[in-house]
Amino acid sequence: MIRNDVASTPELVKEHGLKPDEYERFVALIGRTPTITELGIVSAMWNEHCSYKSSRMHLRGLPTKAPWVIQGPGENAGVIDIGDGLACVFKMESHNHPSFIEPYQGATTGVGGILRDVFTMGARPIAALNFLRFGEPNHPKTRHLVSGVVAGIGGYGNSFGVPTVGGSVGFHPRYNGNILVNAMAVGLARTNEIFYAAATGVGNPIVYLGSKTGRDGIHGATMASAEFDDASEEKRPTVQVGDPFAEKLLLEACLELMKSGAVIAIQDMGAAGLTCSAVEMGAKGDLGVELDLDKVPCREEGMTAYEMMLSESQERMLMVLKPGMEKEAEAIFVKWGLDFAVIGKTTDTLRFVVKHHGEVMADLPIKELGDEAPLYDRPHIPNTHLPVIAPESVKAPVSEADALVKLVGSPDQCSKRWVWEQYDHLILGNTVQIPGGDAGLVRIEDGPKGLAMTTDVTPRYCEADPVEGGKQAVAEAWRNITAVGGLPLAITDNLNFGSPERPEVMGQFVGCLRGISEACRALDFPVVSGNVSLYNETNGQGILPTPAIGGVGLLDDVTVNASVAFKDEGEAIILIGETAGWLGQSIYLRDICGREEGAPPPVDLTTERRNGDFVRQLIRSRQVKTVHDCSDGGLALTLAEMAMAGGIGATIATAPEGLALHAFLFGEDQGRYVLAVDPDEAADILYEAASIGVPAMALGITGGDSLILPGGQAISVTKLKAAHESWLPDYMAGKA
Amino acid sequence: MKSAVIVFPGSNREGDMLRALKQAGSRVEKVWHADTELPPGTDLVVLPGGFSYGDYLRCGAIAGRAHIMDAVRAHAARGGLVLGVCNGFQILCESGLLPGILMRNANLKFICHRQFLRVERNDTAFTKAYAKGQAIDVCVAHGEGNYTADAETLKRLEGEGLVAFRYCDADGQVTPDANRNGSMNSIAGIYSEKLNVMGMMPHPENLIEDMMGGTDGRGLFQSLVSSLAKAA
Repeated sequence: MIRNDVASTPELVKEHGLKPDEYERFVALIGRTPTITELGIVSAMWNEHCSYKSSRMHLRGLPTKAPWVIQGPGENAGVIDIGDGLACVFKMESHNHPSFIEPYQGATTGVGGILRDVFTMGARPIAALNFLRFGEPNHPKTRHLVSGVVAGIGGYGNSFGVPTVGGSVGFHPRYNGNILVNAMAVGLARTNEIFYAAATGVGNPIVYLGSKTGRDGIHGATMASAEFDDASEEKRPTVQVGDPFAEKLLLEACLELMKSGAVIAIQDMGAAGLTCSAVEMGAKGDLGVELDLDKVPCREEGMTAYEMMLSESQERMLMVLKPGMEKEAEAIFVKWGLDFAVIGKTTDTLRFVVKHHGEVMADLPIKELGDEAPLYDRPHIPNTHLPVIAPESVKAPVSEADALVKLVGSPDQCSKRWVWEQYDHLILGNTVQIPGGDAGLVRIEDGPKGLAMTTDVTPRYCEADPVEGGKQAVAEAWRNITAVGGLPLAITDNLNFGSPERPEVMGQFVGCLRGISEACRALDFPVVSGNVSLYNETNGQGILPTPAIGGVGLLDDVTVNASVAFKDEGEAIILIGETAGWLGQSIYLRDICGREEGAPPPVDLTTERRNGDFVRQLIRSRQVKTVHDCSDGGLALTLAEMAMAGGIGATIATAPEGLALHAFLFGEDQGRYVLAVDPDEAADILYEAASIGVPAMALGITGGDSLILPGGQAISVTKLKAAHESWLPDYMAGKA
Repeated sequence: MKSAVIVFPGSNREGDMLRALKQAGSRVEKVWHADTELPPGTDLVVLPGGFSYGDYLRCGAIAGRAHIMDAVRAHAARGGLVLGVCNGFQILCESGLLPGILMRNANLKFICHRQFLRVERNDTAFTKAYAKGQAIDVCVAHGEGNYTADAETLKRLEGEGLVAFRYCDADGQVTPDANRNGSMNSIAGIYSEKLNVMGMMPHPENLIEDMMGGTDGRGLFQSLVSSLAKAA
């Protein structure tokens, strides 16, 4: 048993992830040497994961407001108004470090944590998404990590009962030592029944709800705030264990309790468990908190105050209840078979007091634990600018058709069916568009509205030019929502980077944020929640800068939507947007030519908005039902995906003069969409586009069983599909 | 006609089931697992999908012994209709109302996808709205759907025509490729001896609207409602 008065040696301070000057700051703040419990508490509050000490000052620049934003960043999740008295509550969060150490449990608890963030606000989760990045396929750990993470995401979401409707999976050697597991949850609440973390009222009971506290996950948040080395796998005991069954019960019990009117404030116990949740409730409400740890339901005997305060056992909640309603609240929790205990009260002292066995184990100023956390303006160097690669300097393939077949069957561009078939994407009976399209689309309750949602970022663009890459990530999320007919409303961001202590990484961080801010402003697409994951780094090698964007948009009538599949033979294919044949940082350049080079395609936000608004209006006026945006792999990949999804071929007659065919087909110019329309409507649409200055060109016609490229090269849809569908299952079976 | 949908801790497709039953014209009532009686006038008992008790121990094992199951068994013994879907099928097997067991899928993974089923007979209360041999397009979402029984049971099920549905392709052909979870004889659903209890792994309740991909699932609920409306 750890004694509470154990001396804080420099080694002990270091083990708690505090820098010597941070420790000094803490000692100065409290005016004495901390107890071991207090050292544990401050290490939990001041680590990067909880305090955002390296990122906070840069996050302030993000646009977070719009008339439809009810709650921006700073709460458990963001909240936007979607009309009819309903609110959409959503957030994305990383579980990168634990998932690398123990992929199944790391991923499950990532999903569990984000679902909890959403229902803590009073919302019932209606959809889940994710954003995953793994190391190169031939790295010895990759297959094991893919298998574990995917099973973990499914294992939790399927049992909890939320459809997983979208996501992104990719591979790159820069993730060999640090995979990315970002989970997003979207929920629905009534606008007048949103719950917050801020406690109110002195002397109100603080209750502990959910599962019991064990010794799992102690220091999880500290682990997630450090880079990895060769001994990282020894950190397995810091990973928590998920129990989706307990979470499902917790959801039902919490929503039932919220309806009863007993809840004043609620905070889930996520990173840094009891410590972080209790401090946040008190600090946000300008109140002190007193906890009696003798009352905390424990799974193991003899747990110390230190262990209880730092445990990250899952499926736990903290609430402040209206006095006198404890009995009613307890009955609801007993019905659901969950623990319920009054473990403390709010006070007017602004102190965070923790008692155990009648002794005071910690007595700290509550506001300062959060507000006085270190804040760093870490040195950052400006981004370098890579040269623009002229299309003519990139060699043409021997055969464009063969290049396309190779790309549709490549690790990044292949079908991810093997992944999303392990996720229940149909439960709740509201999934209008399943994974594999531009965005997931779910009906809201019994309709007629719907929500479109997506997760996006192109890390190689961010690495090559953080500002353009940040812009592109937001623009692509906006585009994907637009492509199904949604009006993009807001985003959540999950900023995954390497060590902030390296100026070039901070430079990437600052650059990406600048790009994200610019795009959010230009597209009226504010940030309402988010998460920062730094120190994704192993032995000095950081990941590609990966600010994943989770976007949400609204359809007034969910039946009026568009999807990627060609639906009929003989439809006219139209390309919206300008094509200059931008091959720098393209998939073609990387996967066909073996070069990861040059500046990424620039994003013109004015054009982006104009083109997208035009396409959305065509969908809403029911002129178009088939839309796919152009992204990785350019026009050729877009057309191939539309053909494969519909099982219908197409003939692309025209390529513009003066542009090499491979640049036309594989260039990754931004702000583009491919439409398939009734041939009788085509002329009107081209005319409408021209009249408002939207570039549009007729590309060809759908039909037949092959995709025929300009110049006559034909690839059968069957062959495309075989390449597209086989890589991932073969790889996972050890055959690829 | 009135349906009672039993809710266990961990049930999660009860809402989908309620929607399908209501759409077909049934009155519905949710029944908590700890209750000991069915609501008066219950015509049909439905055990919905989900992960009752987290699927811990064995899928359906704990729910199969819940208080309410005595009432469900009594309802079945009286000849009352009982439908179990997915976890509900697992619970029916665990509670002794149907023979056999659902093992882990052949690939050991949870699978969620659209799936055709062949309707083996259309002279029961569950399937009269379908044609015999019809291939209906529904979906599956399960990790333990691999129907397994001893040789004698299997012989009896086949011999007495107690197989309700088999996994098949779009043309109604029962092929190994169409049987992705590895079920014996491609069995997707079975009847009790008296044809009043039916369990199936796939989810007809998720294919009841064009917008969600199709309406082939409706037939099952329409069959039940029309059978019971006549009986009443």
